[in-house]
Amino acid sequence: MNTLQIILLVFLLVCAVSVSVTKDLLNAILIYMSFSLIMSIIWVTLESPDLAITEAAVGAGVTSVLFFVTLKKIHAINIEEGTKELSDMDINTEKVDGLDEQA
Amino acid sequence: MSRRKSDEEYSKTKAYRFFKWLKGEDEYYPDETKMDMSLLIPMEDESDLIERMKDKQLAKEKAYDESSNKLLRFFNRCYRVVAVLFCIILGALLIYSVSFLPKVGAADRPTNNEVPARYIEKGLEETGAVNIVTGMILDYRAFDTFGESNVLFVATITVLILLRHNKKDEKDKEESSDRIYEPKNDVILQTVAKFLVPIIIVFGIYVILNGHLSPGGGFSGGAIIGAGLILYLNAFGFMKTERFFTEKTYKWISFFALTTYCLCKAYSFYCGANHLDSHIPLGTAGAILSSGLILILNICVGLVVACTMYTFYVMFRKGDF
Repeated sequence: MNTLQIILLVFLLVCAVSVSVTKDLLNAILIYMSFSLIMSIIWVTLESPDLAITEAAVGAGVTSVLFFVTLKKIHAINIEEGTKELSDMDINTEKVDGLDEQA
Repeated sequence: MSRRKSDEEYSKTKAYRFFKWLKGEDEYYPDETKMDMSLLIPMEDESDLIERMKDKQLAKEKAYDESSNKLLRFFNRCYRVVAVLFCIILGALLIYSVSFLPKVGAADRPTNNEVPARYIEKGLEETGAVNIVTGMILDYRAFDTFGESNVLFVATITVLILLRHNKKDEKDKEESSDRIYEPKNDVILQTVAKFLVPIIIVFGIYVILNGHLSPGGGFSGGAIIGAGLILYLNAFGFMKTERFFTEKTYKWISFFALTTYCLCKAYSFYCGANHLDSHIPLGTAGAILSSGLILILNICVGLVVACTMYTFYVMFRKGDF
């Protein structure tokens, strides 16, 4: 195992941990994309270029784009205004009036 | 010779009653067996409903209140520690089990049996493919690859069913689809796409056509072409892509690719099973027109995959072609 592979594997670990730590869904997808990219370079160093091409095209390309579209459809990202529209989801946590007195 | 019965006579036969029953018409059932369903569910007052909702809310709040629910407090305190511990133990177990695996490249590995030996020794001779991986995928195991292509096709059909908009509510369709915002005419994106899309698509075609000579093949090349099409769609909008890719295009390309694949493989399986000569020339190894059916099969798989990728994206974007 040479130095390049060790560096790539460390990057891979950093990506894998940070994708579970991050709270922003958009950032999570970006980290996932970089994970796929590093993974495809690792495939090249492991002498399987077939997998590297597929990983770069599917993992880093198409899947992430589908994730982006899904996020846009559920209004988790709003590119036009640059703000998040999460306030609509807080309806369920509203309390029914007059509960506090009874409790 | 059949004789047509009169209507009165026909209404007494079993066939008449059966078709009545099949249509769900009421005459078949006697009146006593019918039940008035509206009486069973008494109408609820609005105040009752609100009262019930309040009770539910109260019970919910009490259940999730830490001061009264000791078990929940205990659970909340332990949750993070136990979760981290569980992950560490699971990871350690998995890494420990890896140490029992045979070494990479060792001669006594169980994978070093007669199957890879045959592939390596006779692969080039039997399939004519320089890239032995493609030779394996599209010749020795072509049946598996056919199943994979079909799985992709079925997946797209399922996405089509799930995400497709109802054609009746046109207004809802207009609002939920992104088409009204198209095209965005982003200058940077369009300029980049103008240069990159031809290169990406040509590279995809190269990967597909050289599947039996160099790394790659139908699936990877198809995915590259699909990604290029998605980039083009994002830059220039649906108006431009609909000139060459509609639902009809998708249907016909998938249909022809899968059918061609099926027929080619059925022919070679038929010949192989009956010990006949298939008369498909293998050609000289290394030339682009060589290795028999593999080139055709690669093109078929590539077409199906490219269409599938693009269709996935379109269905996600606007739920219709």
